[in-house]
Amino acid sequence: MSAALLGFAIMFAFSCVVIAMVFCTVRLLIGPSAQDRVLALDTLWMCAMLLALMMGIRHGSQIYFEAAMLIALVSFASTVALAKFLMRGEIIE
Amino acid sequence: MNGLESVPVWAALPTAFLLILGGVIVVVGALGLMRLPNFYQRIHGPAITVTLGAGCLLIASMIHFTVLKSRPVIHELIITLFVLMTAPVVAMLIMRAAVYRDLRAGKGDSGVTEGGVYRLPDREE
Repeated sequence: MSAALLGFAIMFAFSCVVIAMVFCTVRLLIGPSAQDRVLALDTLWMCAMLLALMMGIRHGSQIYFEAAMLIALVSFASTVALAKFLMRGEIIE
Repeated sequence: MNGLESVPVWAALPTAFLLILGGVIVVVGALGLMRLPNFYQRIHGPAITVTLGAGCLLIASMIHFTVLKSRPVIHELIITLFVLMTAPVVAMLIMRAAVYRDLRAGKGDSGVTEGGVYRLPDREE
């Protein structure tokens, strides 16, 4: 009973996050400006973090938690670098 | 196996509810990012994804592993805190970059006006 319920919920959440990633990819491709693409890339990072987290629930393992944390850290660093680049045209001043 | 069978129903119900709610909220945020007409409206879409959606899924993960391991598992709070702290920082950085870029390009129709905080350095007299 609980396995079926949890399995359905995890599959539903998986499909939702994948659909969200498709939406972000559409925004990433059609633009129209550079800041739109950076925003879409940031949301894609977040969706990837959520996918890793749900993979952990699905397999009952804690290793995916560390992957999710690393994805969150790298996403922050990369988005800050891209935003700095958009603002100034250079990253390290 | 993967432990989904050993979770009792009273714990599986809130976990499943939070998973479904988080998935729906993530889709709504990404839909806003794709459909809204202006950049300054589009930046509100991912905010709901990274706060409410990620929060629901992280709480679901905490409940699931607490019941599965029969001890309190709260290290998802690290991700929650980190995401909640960095999401406004990232949003403000992208927003400032967008405002300066629109000012520099002279895009008046985006609603950006010069003056106050947002002043281009080469236009100061």
